[in-house]
Amino acid sequence: MYEKNGEKYYVVDAHVHLWDGRESNLKNVHGKQFIDCFYDYHRNLSPEDEVWDYDTYTYYGADRLMKDVFDDGYADHAIFQATLLSDFYKTGFGQTEEAFGLASKHPDKLTYNHAYDPRNGEEGLEQLRRDAERMNLKGVKLYTAEWHGDSRGYKLDEPWSRRYLEECLKLGIKNIHVHKGPTIRPLDRDAFDVADIDKVATDYLDLNFVVEHVGLPRLEDFCWIATQESNVYGGLAVAMPFVHARPKYFAQIIGELLYWLGEDKILFASDYALWTPQWLVEKFVDFQIPADLPEYAPITTAQKKKILGLNAAALYDLDVPQELRLPTDAGDTSVEVAAGARA
Amino acid sequence: MTAVATSVVDEIVAALSTVTDPELDEPITTLGFVRSIRVDDTKVVVHLRLPTSFCSPNFAYLMASDSVDALRRVGGLGRVVVLLDDHHDSDKINAGLAADAGYVGTFGVEAETSLDELRRIFRHKAHTAAMERCAEALLKDSAMTVDDLHQVTLADLREGPHKEALLRRRVAIGLGVHPDDPVLVDEDGAPLAADAVPLRLRFAKAVRISIEGNSHFCRGLLATRYADVEPDGSSIRVTNARSTS
Repeated sequence: MYEKNGEKYYVVDAHVHLWDGRESNLKNVHGKQFIDCFYDYHRNLSPEDEVWDYDTYTYYGADRLMKDVFDDGYADHAIFQATLLSDFYKTGFGQTEEAFGLASKHPDKLTYNHAYDPRNGEEGLEQLRRDAERMNLKGVKLYTAEWHGDSRGYKLDEPWSRRYLEECLKLGIKNIHVHKGPTIRPLDRDAFDVADIDKVATDYLDLNFVVEHVGLPRLEDFCWIATQESNVYGGLAVAMPFVHARPKYFAQIIGELLYWLGEDKILFASDYALWTPQWLVEKFVDFQIPADLPEYAPITTAQKKKILGLNAAALYDLDVPQELRLPTDAGDTSVEVAAGARA
Repeated sequence: MTAVATSVVDEIVAALSTVTDPELDEPITTLGFVRSIRVDDTKVVVHLRLPTSFCSPNFAYLMASDSVDALRRVGGLGRVVVLLDDHHDSDKINAGLAADAGYVGTFGVEAETSLDELRRIFRHKAHTAAMERCAEALLKDSAMTVDDLHQVTLADLREGPHKEALLRRRVAIGLGVHPDDPVLVDEDGAPLAADAVPLRLRFAKAVRISIEGNSHFCRGLLATRYADVEPDGSSIRVTNARSTS
């Protein structure tokens, strides 16, 4: 919970990691390239006094996570989003057992979302069933650009992917987080294209599709599909730190999202440990649309409350204390949305 | 022998400045993607670099192979060698360029036919953003409202960089540049009815914000990754080892 000027905010960090990018865990040069790319993101967009040293960044462990996300970071709840990257790291990038173990120890604070790869076929489906039972999964995180043998990506509307989505429906996994990445086969296509999300969102209306990083670098395409689908949400991981590094661009992103998606479909996330939630929450609550962007309405306190936690709480059935709720429930799709969403 | 600008180097830089990052719609020279140029009596060697190891390999390949084509058009440079540094597909792309293998030859089973459609999509995005800039400038600088925009033709646009950029991008997607041609067009280049303009313009704005935002982010990441990047891209390391200039 974060409190400022008499207003109390229930905070859900909808995208956190417990990763191991240390040299001892690297399988090949790509593992090193991947964690270095993350570290450049971190250095580029963090305030100077929030920048970690490289060694800490490669592995920080469970205690540091609990401190950064909950003790210092104001989060009431956080959701692990698995990033396996088994082709790059010996025990994977995100540490499945450590994160799941931590979530089991603190079920009131942490939810663990696992991953699957539809390219694992029938065997992977079996594994998904076992994982769903053992981990009590409510959500999964899919990285469509994950390398897998000769393949460097897949689309959500491929036949095997559909079978996995149908299995999710049966298993009660209702939140499908999707992160698009730079590779896809064939390379003739734009790997960041979100058209496949559009197709499956239409076909599986009982699933919620949370597009991570609000579709960046294809914000416009994401907005266009999300405005037409009732079950497509935008996760702010990676977009959040612009609130500090490039506040005008952040205002444009938020302004566009509020216009096209509406205030009930946007989820706060730090992408910890890419960035730490404390300064993101503080700066977001202080944030306002600048005067030189008159085309966007000012962002309201109620909108900030929904984005910071109430929307994610609705997706994950989290029990929000009465005093932190709004008169109208967040995630209520009957709430008035922006003009773009009605077009 | 660094930073000696000669006419041959100027020609090389000019050629490379015709190569754009399709996603960002800007020349690779001003983005800082050209790391170094070395020219001697028998060849030119250009090193390219990108903001991350994981920039999309298809766009990386497009920029590298476009650079080869642009340098070959200069003539008289001898052998043209373009190398992409520090990318997850550097080995693959550099080998493909050295062997003149083409896109399909470079990426093998990962490739299907060509990157023409990919290029087309981003040319259209670039045009959409340029169209929005012109429309917004009109709304800002004149008494015109959104309701008038469907009647606006190229002749109505004030001369300047926004209009020049729009004309270039119209040509790139096969649209005409006649003064009577409408400015506001749909995805296929067809004129818009008055009631279709607001949503088209609103989406065009999202496209423009997206391209501009990506461009700033990529520049920032490049500067974080490489200490020698200047904001205007003037950080190209030039070596002229020719015996005569």
